[in-house]
Amino acid sequence: MFDIALFMGDTDLILSQRLGEWCGHAPVLEEDLALANTALDLLGQARLWLSLAGELEGRGRSEDDLAFLSDAGEFRNLLLVEQPNGDYAQTMLRQYFFDTWHQLELARLGQAAGRVAEIAAKAATENAYHVRRSRDWVFQMGDGTEESHSRAQAAADRLWPYAGEMFHGDSGPLRAPWIEEVRATFAQATLEVPAATWAHRGGRDGIHTEALGHLLAEMQFLQRAYPGARW
Amino acid sequence: MSAVRDWPLWEVFIRSQHGVAHKHVGSLHAASAEAALCAARDVYTRRHEGVSIWVVPSAAITASSPGEREPLFEPANNKVYRHPGFFQVPPEVKNL
Repeated sequence: MFDIALFMGDTDLILSQRLGEWCGHAPVLEEDLALANTALDLLGQARLWLSLAGELEGRGRSEDDLAFLSDAGEFRNLLLVEQPNGDYAQTMLRQYFFDTWHQLELARLGQAAGRVAEIAAKAATENAYHVRRSRDWVFQMGDGTEESHSRAQAAADRLWPYAGEMFHGDSGPLRAPWIEEVRATFAQATLEVPAATWAHRGGRDGIHTEALGHLLAEMQFLQRAYPGARW
Repeated sequence: MSAVRDWPLWEVFIRSQHGVAHKHVGSLHAASAEAALCAARDVYTRRHEGVSIWVVPSAAITASSPGEREPLFEPANNKVYRHPGFFQVPPEVKNL
């Protein structure tokens, strides 16, 4: 259970940090707010998961200790969510791949016992909206202009090898419904589902891409430079 | 992505609670009705302002012209008998 809580918490936290990077830089005000909303939803979920992880571990580490004082090798997040924002297509395709998996994963964890199920139920409500939004962006960009289509396709092709990792272990049975969802969405968005079956692995074992180190350097700077600093 | 100026304008209406009418709260640019609905949710309901949202293409609104204000609204000025103030309210009627 500790592993699941840490995995979910780290994944939410890192994606939240990535989305937060758009704050003040999004193409339009509405998107700026929407990305910040999503980031804050995920941060709230990360806090619940990491608090639970700290309790289950029983070594007195708080959510903040886990988030701000762990090194890259201790993070268990999916490689997908640490990938850079890139252009807006890459940000939204990453979001769509994540949101649709997240919905399935939260439903699965909703069947678990106790706190895990409670957190999953709360998160699923927020996530239902995230899916709706990111799926609509896939439609808009895929079936939009020539440029938006080619950017969306390029983003899908680039991120595809990071999707396989989402279906590790107990999450394996989620692969079929996920692929079905992506196929339906891509068909309507006139995008090609990438054919590659090879998948990156490592996030759940703490083996990350170089992107994570850069992200952590920014996210953890304050606590590293001024240990114990408070608002 | 097409430039924002190419996106149509939408008027946003929010209903703050059940049984109350939708109220105009503002407008935004979005590429489609679904995108407009999402944007309205993200921009206008962050502090629990609503239970329902309408988005309407601004182009679909037919508006009266400010130049027609006199012919449209002046005539109502001197028709005080249209206000329900010309009858006695019986003392038994409460809360009117």
